[in-house]
Amino acid sequence: MTRFFLRRSAGFVATLFGVSFVVFWVMNVVPGDPALVILGIDSTPEAQEALRRLLGLDQPFALRYLAWLAGMLVGDFGTSYAFRVPVADLIVERLPLTLSLAMTGMTVTIVLALGLGVLAAANHNRPVDWSVMLVSQVGIAVPAFWLSILLVIIFAVHLRWLPPGGFPGWSDPLGAARALVLPTIALAAVQSAVLARVVRASLLEVARLDFVRTARASGLARSRILWLHMLPNALVPIVTIVGMQFANVLTGTIVIENVFSLPGLGRLVFQAISNRDLPLVQALVVLFATIVVVMNFLVDIAYGVIDPKLRPAA
Amino acid sequence: MKTILATLLLASSLLTGVAFAKTDISIGMQQEPTSLDPTADATASIETMMTGNVYEQLTAVQEDGSVAASLAREWTISDDGLTYVFKLRDGVKFHDGSPLSAETVKFSLDRAMAKDSANPSKSIFEPIESVTVVDPVTVEMKLKRKDAFFLFNLASGKASIMSPAAIATNADKPIGSGPYRFASWTRGDRLTLEKNPDHRDATGVQVERVTFRFMSDPAAATAALMAEEIDAFPGFPAPELLPQFQSDPRFSVNVGTTEGEVILAFNNSRKPFTDIRVRQALSYAIDRKAIIDGAMYGLATPIGSFYPPHHRAYVDLTGTYPTDVDKAKALLAEAGVAEGTELSLRVPPFPYATRSAEIIQSQFAKAGIQVKIENVEWGFWLDEIYKKLNYDMTIIAHTSPNDLGNFARDASYFYGYDNAEYHQLWDRIQTETDTAHRDELSREAQKFLAREAVHGFLFQLPALNVVRKELTGFRMSSPVQAQPLSALRWQASN
Repeated sequence: MTRFFLRRSAGFVATLFGVSFVVFWVMNVVPGDPALVILGIDSTPEAQEALRRLLGLDQPFALRYLAWLAGMLVGDFGTSYAFRVPVADLIVERLPLTLSLAMTGMTVTIVLALGLGVLAAANHNRPVDWSVMLVSQVGIAVPAFWLSILLVIIFAVHLRWLPPGGFPGWSDPLGAARALVLPTIALAAVQSAVLARVVRASLLEVARLDFVRTARASGLARSRILWLHMLPNALVPIVTIVGMQFANVLTGTIVIENVFSLPGLGRLVFQAISNRDLPLVQALVVLFATIVVVMNFLVDIAYGVIDPKLRPAA
Repeated sequence: MKTILATLLLASSLLTGVAFAKTDISIGMQQEPTSLDPTADATASIETMMTGNVYEQLTAVQEDGSVAASLAREWTISDDGLTYVFKLRDGVKFHDGSPLSAETVKFSLDRAMAKDSANPSKSIFEPIESVTVVDPVTVEMKLKRKDAFFLFNLASGKASIMSPAAIATNADKPIGSGPYRFASWTRGDRLTLEKNPDHRDATGVQVERVTFRFMSDPAAATAALMAEEIDAFPGFPAPELLPQFQSDPRFSVNVGTTEGEVILAFNNSRKPFTDIRVRQALSYAIDRKAIIDGAMYGLATPIGSFYPPHHRAYVDLTGTYPTDVDKAKALLAEAGVAEGTELSLRVPPFPYATRSAEIIQSQFAKAGIQVKIENVEWGFWLDEIYKKLNYDMTIIAHTSPNDLGNFARDASYFYGYDNAEYHQLWDRIQTETDTAHRDELSREAQKFLAREAVHGFLFQLPALNVVRKELTGFRMSSPVQAQPLSALRWQASN
């Protein structure tokens, strides 16, 4: 177990190192000058040069990367070019929203998918199954931004039940919760459609196995067999997909936060890239990579819990 | 219990809506700035929110484009037009409590002019030779040369008079002397200003609290207006969505003017655009009406040169090269441009540009020119097109006022245009302080540019504003980007 952990940690550090270098390099090769983005098309070359010096952009590439790495090692993420405040502050004020959105999105996804998937599998080849499959097919096909706009038109503009966008802040918990309802649904719809199909397929796979027939033969209740015997044995592919979906949900927040005007990391990434705000892009990419790597690690741990055969050799 | 509370809250909010005049307003903005300091960042929305509201300048530009007093109470100009003496208002205080004086004015301007200054409009300070403190309320400025736009330019947010103590923190905690002071900013969502009770005009300011809500998506903006989450949206980004507001009794839709000339820019330093016949031919190939109908839903005024149609010195030159495909073909043949020649059109990510591009592509195809459209991102556009002149054609709006001087920069400016005759003409315009004579010269310059067909001149960008009917005092036209909030009033609706 310790060796497994060490190996994973080394892989983790290598991943972050690689990702950060690639991003730094790409942002340098891609056309775009942060000073010009900030100062606009009426600025003089002299002012652009002054700003470049101020931001340290006159330093060579390698030197800037090493300086950034050195800063990272002591926990200093640097100062944003465009916002002119520490990158850490920008991330800290936005992280809670994106994480909450990703968490609620994931929770709704799992609950909905398990419910629908089990329902479809239990009614295999009957109208209920077909309906679930049809709905999930539509769910997969519908783009999240389109669904978002539709939800806003129905629930915010016509019915006026929920706000059309924006975020009142955590100091207003009820308002914050209301603001997250539609984005969560929009985020979870596609993912739960995908996951419901996986749950169904995985359950049907297990249904053919001998232990299910034995359980049936010994007269156990159908629901008991489904939830307590079949589902645990069908979990490996489901957990794999959930792990991958978490990364999708995280990137999905970029679109959702833009449509619902939510002040989260997704919108910040978008803004940072447009502004060629390298320190901010770097920090965000490293953060996202960390979350995904940690998530994958948790999935690996979960495999061991679900199925002892998959536990790493001691 | 919860339901009772909720009902009470709902009832009270309904009651207040009827019983008292609203004293707050929520304004939608498409573009969110990353910094709130107009002297450090060119983002237009900084000017819209801050200029004349939080930060004040020596002068102010009115909705009709004229210059009025602001922090400077009055001024005198010497006969040679080179010495300006400004008398400042007495007793002005910044929001941090520090007083305004001739020293702070000198500090602010010296800072903008300094060698290491990264002010986005540094060129407006270039004519200044020196700024001198005469006494605590008098500042004298000496100019190197006459500058017809000097007082106008001093009204820009880039020439804001700032509290020296607040310079380092203005990016996210702006301190000015204006009728509104900064309250809070939730980046990515909203920015709130509150009335400054100590301001000299405070008694006339009715709106106590102004919230700017940032929504980049036009559909989201529409939903927010419809759901009554926001009261106004200046510069509404999608003309195709306006009819639903026009037919809604809660809103008034206003199409105002801006200083934004939309041009199909030719890279004049590159073949085949070095040949005036090619530029003329392409100008003949353009059908402005079709472009305006298709890209702007008819809501724009065509231009035939580089000057805003609402200006008194404007000349209508749209007839210089009327749409004529045969003439276009003949001129192209004469210039030796083979039929089927491919030219690239690199388009920045603005709706007016991307939509115009497709129409121009089909119009040029009729004249035998294949247009290859490349949609590029803004950072890319600035670097590749603007800085490196790596393009054939592009579409862009120039939103600065008094920008005939763009054509008098050298060939390293992205137009790639350099004409000695025009340089002289512009020198005369910018140093001519007699209005009538300057207008005459401006007309001459417009005709010159139209004749030269430096670019394809398309249309003047409209200011599309959606505003609640009960709200008055909203500035509909934008001679500058400022949107003064102190004039806003809620009228009793019933």
